[in-house]
Amino acid sequence: MTTGMSTGAKPSTAIAGGGPSPAVAGADDVAPEDVASLQKITSVYVYEAPVRLWHWINALAIVVLAVTGYFIGSPPPAAAPGNTFDTFWFGYIRYAHFAAGYVLAVGFLGRIYWAIVGNHHARQLFYVALWSKKWWKEVLFELRWYFFLEKRPKKYVGHNPLAQFAMFFLFTLGVTFQIVTGFALYGEGLGEGSWADTLFGWVIPLFGGSMDVHTWHHLGMWWIMMFILTHVYVAIREDIMSRQSIVSTMISGTRTFKDDLPD
Amino acid sequence: MSQSIETFYEVMRRQGITRRSFLKFCSLTAAALGLGPAFAPKIANAMETKPRTPVIWVHGLECTCCSESFIRSAHPLVKDVVLSMISLDYDDTLMASAGHQAEAALQETIEKYKGNYILAVEGNPPLNEDGMYCIIGGKPFVEQLRHAAKDAKAIISWGACASYGCVQAAKPNPTRATPVHKVITDKPIIKVPGCPPIAEVMTGVITYMLTFDRMPELDRQGRPKMFYGQRIHDKCYRRPHFDAGQFVENWDDDAARRGECLYKMGCKGPTTYNACSTVRWNEGVSFPIQSGHGCIGCSEDGFWDNGPFYDRLAQVKQFGVEENADTLGRAAAAGVGGAIAVHAAVSALKRAQHKNEIKKGSSMSQGEE
Ligand code: HEM
Ligand code: HEM
Ligand code: SF4
Ligand code: SF4
Repeated sequence: MTTGMSTGAKPSTAIAGGGPSPAVAGADDVAPEDVASLQKITSVYVYEAPVRLWHWINALAIVVLAVTGYFIGSPPPAAAPGNTFDTFWFGYIRYAHFAAGYVLAVGFLGRIYWAIVGNHHARQLFYVALWSKKWWKEVLFELRWYFFLEKRPKKYVGHNPLAQFAMFFLFTLGVTFQIVTGFALYGEGLGEGSWADTLFGWVIPLFGGSMDVHTWHHLGMWWIMMFILTHVYVAIREDIMSRQSIVSTMISGTRTFKDDLPD
Repeated sequence: MSQSIETFYEVMRRQGITRRSFLKFCSLTAAALGLGPAFAPKIANAMETKPRTPVIWVHGLECTCCSESFIRSAHPLVKDVVLSMISLDYDDTLMASAGHQAEAALQETIEKYKGNYILAVEGNPPLNEDGMYCIIGGKPFVEQLRHAAKDAKAIISWGACASYGCVQAAKPNPTRATPVHKVITDKPIIKVPGCPPIAEVMTGVITYMLTFDRMPELDRQGRPKMFYGQRIHDKCYRRPHFDAGQFVENWDDDAARRGECLYKMGCKGPTTYNACSTVRWNEGVSFPIQSGHGCIGCSEDGFWDNGPFYDRLAQVKQFGVEENADTLGRAAAAGVGGAIAVHAAVSALKRAQHKNEIKKGSSMSQGEE
């Protein structure tokens, strides 16, 4: 359910426009094109505080997980020789990975909770409306926009349908996969009968053996990397090119529209 | 059950084993099984009163390394196990008879001990071409296996072959070599993986079953917990170097001489469940890592397909190429990154064009067609 302006969210008028506006009337460098492009700017409160807080904590946790995870697979040059009780270099890398893993998992559970109690934009991360014709039409439209086939983008209060698609398949499924395989591996360290082994130990034989889980967990990292690359690019690009605020929305929570055209 | 079968103790005494060494054997076995001294009398009592259990040992596609390991067991002396403790009624490798005589012995044992014998399987049956890749006594091995399994009390899958398939089941597995539990699905199966399994682990498992008349406690994959409950890495004496980040980077570097961690040389200890770092090999003399070579993960499912042995990251074969996860990931990231760069360039161009149009007044409001 992607929301255009029609879904009943109450836009609040930021600047009253129309006609020679008082907002620019006094400015002495006002040019005709400034006046021509002058429109009503409206904004909607979209992302509630817990979603925004989660977004940035989650992003940080994933950066830590990706860096430390990469080093777990390919350790940095060996530490200098010496007493092993003086050094815990690789131990700290793994420790940071596990700590960030907990942050990611607990945060994700919290985010699921917020999907239930929060506003309807908070639910977009957890489903895609594959059954809805309208949704597919909008995906097609977004694809055309990204392939430069549409001159003017549509407005969205929440995520656009293509973004929602990428978030669900690359992010939500990817992170779920990483949490399940990650805690299965973690359970091997905690030992048989530990909570992680009891909850996730079944994952190991499912993949064959421990090494297979390592490999898939490692590939999972690159899966999420694909998301991050496109996500950050698109967030910045849309911030510039779309008809609404993007990056600041994930900070302030309000979506500001740059024009008041009906669609 | 046939009353004529002697107890283990009777056989042992007949073999000339003194009561003193019998009791010593019982306490050593209790220790090997991690049972504590209190169990020694229990083992002794069981051996004194219980009739020995018949074992049928069959061989499919295999290299006989399991048998080789088994007969090198130092404790309990394999002599005791083979000749006294169990009555190894059929083993076409170890037994004296051969050919039709041997097959007759197998049939006789199955009939005589219906429902009471243990079937030990070394190797596995290939299923392609109706099992023709492994013929025993003129028939596909898979038929012998099914036949012998039908009346068995329990099955022991010796080694990586019987447990997981091992080298003959490595991709592309031309003969469709199949582990025992995928062919026999209606019997309790104990997996004792390894290529080969450690001798003391093999005899320990058998001793446990004969003494307590039940299977040892098994983990999710059907391996005895007492020997396969932990990874090589969990009890490796080089583990402090791992945590410190002190790694061997070359086979001939100083770190190798100092005995540091072999993780970067592809050691599979962190992903391998076995008792090598505790029980060790050859009467506890050493084990691969102690000799300076990483673990190759021989007791893990599919270890041949998780190579190379000397790289930390396994090759991924699922996508039609043989590269490790990082090489694949970097290629994909470069692809996506390149696409993003091109897309960003086109976007910037379009935007500049668009702004120009607005400036020229050809369009009165932003973004209108
Ligand atoms: C976005 C999330 C995550 C990423 C990108 C990530 C990445 C990685 C990578 C690349 C590895 C190295 C795999 C290898 O080649 O052996 C790894 C290992 C591991 N990860 Fe994660 N991981 C994530 C989440 C988690 C979570 C939630 C946990 C749970 C605590 C976790 C626990 C582990 C464990 C236990 C290992 C194995 C460490 C070892 O063998 O020393 N990971 N991770
Ligand atoms: C590891 C890095 C990151 C991850 C995993 C990540 C993940 C996500 C996810 C899952 C959402 C959906 C939020 C929801 O519906 O609850 C989201 C939204 C968003 N993210 Fe990120 N993010 C990351 C980094 C960033 C960065 C660096 C930026 C800023 C450039 C950013 C900007 C945004 C914005 C603006 C949105 C809202 C999109 C909209 O307005 O519809 N993210 N992100
Ligand atoms: S040598 Fe192998 S098993 Fe031992 S600590 Fe290093 S990685 Fe682990
Ligand atoms: S150290 Fe590893 S590869 Fe070597 S015998 Fe033990 S389990 Fe097999």
